[in-house]
Amino acid sequence: MAPVGGNLQSVLHPAGWDAAIISHFAWVLFGAGTLIFVAVMALLLLSLRRRERPARALLWIGGGGIAFPVIVLTALLAWSTWRSAELAPQTSRGALAISVTAKMWWWEVRYHDPATGREIVTANEIHIPVGKTVYLGLNSADVIHSFWVPALSGKRDTIPGRVNGLTLRADKPGIYRGQCAEYCGAQHARMAMYVVASSQQEFDAWLRRQAAPAAAPSSPVLEQGRTAFLAQRCQFCHTIRGVAEGGRLGPDLTHVGSRMHIGAGTLRTHRGTLGGWIADPQAIKPGVFMPAAQDIDGPTLRAMAAYLEHLK
Amino acid sequence: MLLCAAFLAGCGKDAPRQVPGGDAEQGLRLVTQYQCGACHMIPQVPGATGEAGPSLEQVGRISYIAVGIPNQPDTMVRWLRDPPAMKPGTKMPALGITETEARHMAAFLYTLR
Repeated sequence: MAPVGGNLQSVLHPAGWDAAIISHFAWVLFGAGTLIFVAVMALLLLSLRRRERPARALLWIGGGGIAFPVIVLTALLAWSTWRSAELAPQTSRGALAISVTAKMWWWEVRYHDPATGREIVTANEIHIPVGKTVYLGLNSADVIHSFWVPALSGKRDTIPGRVNGLTLRADKPGIYRGQCAEYCGAQHARMAMYVVASSQQEFDAWLRRQAAPAAAPSSPVLEQGRTAFLAQRCQFCHTIRGVAEGGRLGPDLTHVGSRMHIGAGTLRTHRGTLGGWIADPQAIKPGVFMPAAQDIDGPTLRAMAAYLEHLK
Repeated sequence: MLLCAAFLAGCGKDAPRQVPGGDAEQGLRLVTQYQCGACHMIPQVPGATGEAGPSLEQVGRISYIAVGIPNQPDTMVRWLRDPPAMKPGTKMPALGITETEARHMAAFLYTLR
């Protein structure tokens, strides 16, 4: 999978159908705006230098002030209306359907396992096959958020109590960063998500791994980590399929070790950051709903972090 | 500033600790990359606001690290590579840091005074 260096989150580097149309709009508007600005400045300079001659009012007011904007804006309206009609239709027909629920301050992502029809729940990372149309059913569990992956499509608000559709198609494999685009509270800025676009085979393999229950501990330390996870009652908010199911308040951790980041794009996933997050999430993402650990000793904390890291 | 540095350098006891083979600039990059800031407050590292571990604001000045381990270049390098081996009760995990990486990181940490 090719990492996308500097263009991780950019409107100006479209990698999908809709994003290409939107960036086309942007360039035409920037270009036309620049031309008009330069022309007006040139006229201004001219008028300062040649102040003796009387201006022809009808030409400048009627022509430059009325006719020119009417013609240019009408043409722009017609062109943008015609071009907008080429944006992908918002329908789940024939598309891979993925449900995305925005929560303060992370994204819950659900797939249907094509083999069993069961739900696969993950967080903050949306894997899609390249070249295939994907329909995201967007909703919110609390306040209004907005889903925005600039390299792939425009913004779409997520509104509690309704499902807004968004069609995406990535034309190039890569990792595209997105983030909440509607102010939603203290940690709005740390509510990011990543879209990982890969080949159909890689996507299918990923989905099969995600459909599997959590990996069993393969060493005494990992076993100690799992025991501590349950002893600390983490399962009241977090599900680990095959270990403890039902917790829905926090992200599903069945395959947390396979995800690139924790805390909705806040830290990269490894045992160090997992341990730091468990010990004191409030220092990393103040206001987040997870409480800081109070009574976990060092070795137990390390075991918990190692266990979560191993859930690939 | 320069005068201060010259003055401090003049008095041997306060001179910054030197780590053989350690490059502070690379150390800063590694400390950022390993995201030590998840647990530690670290000057110069954006977003390093962690409170699960001690602040590293003066780690180059203090005499002991991890309560009782002498703050010397060789012990610091060993500590960064495998904390539980030196202090079984610690919260700090071994992250698979190499000897060279640990030297760079220690060199950076010793600039924090």
